[in-house]
Amino acid sequence: MLRDEDRIFTNIYGFHGADLVAAKSRGDWDDTAELIKKGRDWVIDEVKNSGLRGRGGAGFPTGLKWSFMPKDNDGRPHYLVVNADESEPGTCKDRDIMRHEPHKLLEGCLLAGFAMGAHACYIYVRGEFVREREVLQRAVDEAYDDGLLGKDAAGSGWAYDIYVHHGAGAYICGEETALIESLEGKKGMPRLKPPFPANVGLYGCPTTVNNVESIAVAPTICRRGASWFAGLGREGNTGTKLFCISGHVNRPCNVEEEMGVPLKVLLERHAGGVRGGWDNLLAVIPGGSSVPLLPKEICDTVLMDFDSLKDAQSGLGTAGVIVMDKSTDIIKAIARISHFYKHESCGQCTPCREGTGWMWRVMERLAAGRAQPREIDMLLKVTKQIEGHTICALGDAAAWPVQGLIRHFRPVIEARLEQRQTAEAAE
Amino acid sequence: MSVRRLYDKQPDSFAFTPENMDWSAIQIAKYPAGRQASAVLPLLWQAQRQGGGWLSEPAIRFVADMLDMPYMRALEVATFYSMFNLSPVGEYFVQLCGTTPCWLRGADDLKAVCRRQIGEPGDISEDGKLSWIEVECLGACVNAPMVQVNDDFYEDLTADTFERLLEDLRHGRNVMTGPQNGRQASAPEGGPTVLKGDM
Repeated sequence: MLRDEDRIFTNIYGFHGADLVAAKSRGDWDDTAELIKKGRDWVIDEVKNSGLRGRGGAGFPTGLKWSFMPKDNDGRPHYLVVNADESEPGTCKDRDIMRHEPHKLLEGCLLAGFAMGAHACYIYVRGEFVREREVLQRAVDEAYDDGLLGKDAAGSGWAYDIYVHHGAGAYICGEETALIESLEGKKGMPRLKPPFPANVGLYGCPTTVNNVESIAVAPTICRRGASWFAGLGREGNTGTKLFCISGHVNRPCNVEEEMGVPLKVLLERHAGGVRGGWDNLLAVIPGGSSVPLLPKEICDTVLMDFDSLKDAQSGLGTAGVIVMDKSTDIIKAIARISHFYKHESCGQCTPCREGTGWMWRVMERLAAGRAQPREIDMLLKVTKQIEGHTICALGDAAAWPVQGLIRHFRPVIEARLEQRQTAEAAE
Repeated sequence: MSVRRLYDKQPDSFAFTPENMDWSAIQIAKYPAGRQASAVLPLLWQAQRQGGGWLSEPAIRFVADMLDMPYMRALEVATFYSMFNLSPVGEYFVQLCGTTPCWLRGADDLKAVCRRQIGEPGDISEDGKLSWIEVECLGACVNAPMVQVNDDFYEDLTADTFERLLEDLRHGRNVMTGPQNGRQASAPEGGPTVLKGDM
């Protein structure tokens, strides 16, 4: 188990204050200027060497992403945009960082912004998180009053401003270019890439969009050293991670654990185990609703990191672990996820706009048993026609849960159809 | 995608209160000169608050004028984002999360309570106090099932505690926000498994 000394988020549950004094007592803002004085390249190298991969779902190396920002300033300002539009079903970790550890995020914004030559940062908080936004704004105000932000941020000589912005209920704005569009005051419709935000982002300026957790761990990485972070987990999957354990466990919770912790250990150690015991487990969605589910046989041994879950044809995503026991109607559970994507499709690309609704309607019929067996393959084919054929990954995210269901639970679907047919024949 | 249309009975006009004008100026100042349209979401949101929980067409036009945006652009935004209510809601507006993590832990039971106490989604209770809709994931999955009422989350609900919560809200009694079962935030029920020492 991850030792308490190695935990980054020591106030994740909010047993202590979120204010500046309490945050400083936990080590936040401790001589930040010293870290900045080591230079832009040092910060980027430290994050690169730590092996940190983006915590928002895609797992792209964070330090590498920062290094894509232009080295020289061509007159356009550079921006850091923090993606706090947390809305992936099963995920509620950034909320805890914002309400209980806001100063970790703010200090991370300063370090990351400095590393990419930015003097301004926008934090885009999902609209529903009203209270979290208030806490974050209070923390920003405190930081300005204490000289940690502003013309000479933390005494480093670097001018830095942080602005708290908010959305208004659109999952799609968690996609980085949709978020930028939304921040510019438009509908949140993803942009075509290239150009990539590092060249043409917010207001046409070089921009990097990072997840809250990726930014909030950066100060601790810089302070304790890349090798400390890289020494946790395993190669390519280093460090600690906030896991959100929801669904049919005895004690759902968020917890920070080492990357690569076995799924079974994670559930049994922190969440009181599966309701009714491990053998009552049916399936787990390991990384937020977008990733394919895993049946119990895989859950028995799988490790919770990017590469292990990829090898199991799923993904770590946001590490939102949704647990389903044997009482679950698995077809209905996935149909509800299909409804989510249908609701959240922005409508820009035809395969997604039409396909998400189509998949949802078929999923509902499968759940009710009102379908022909051949429609299972037709549904699978349609998921493949959506996947990879849209501007952003929402199309993929809508297709994968359905693919996972058919991959692992086809006999359950077939039995449902047969049951209905038998019942109708008897009538 | 869902169908979102403006309400058929619109007020004649809308204008921000002086306090909201001051508040808006602070928001607009967050963005570079000429980029004032960035403030459209916060301003529409404030207009919705001032308008009693829903956004009227005059309010959308008012915000568009303030930000020097074509009406169409502001209307697009108002209809795209699901947190803008385009028709009236109850004094206590219940958003019930029905996405899979909440559904697994009994969101359907909460829906039944809403139907009993309030009516169908979108209906406003006769006393004008309550209305409800089902929404997608609100991001409090480890505290499922949960609802949002106006600005606050109410988590770890059961049909019983939710029923009582609605009654208390209806009668203007004090209610506790957050987990309704004594839990501390997202820590496991009964206490954390980590960070038990002095940090």
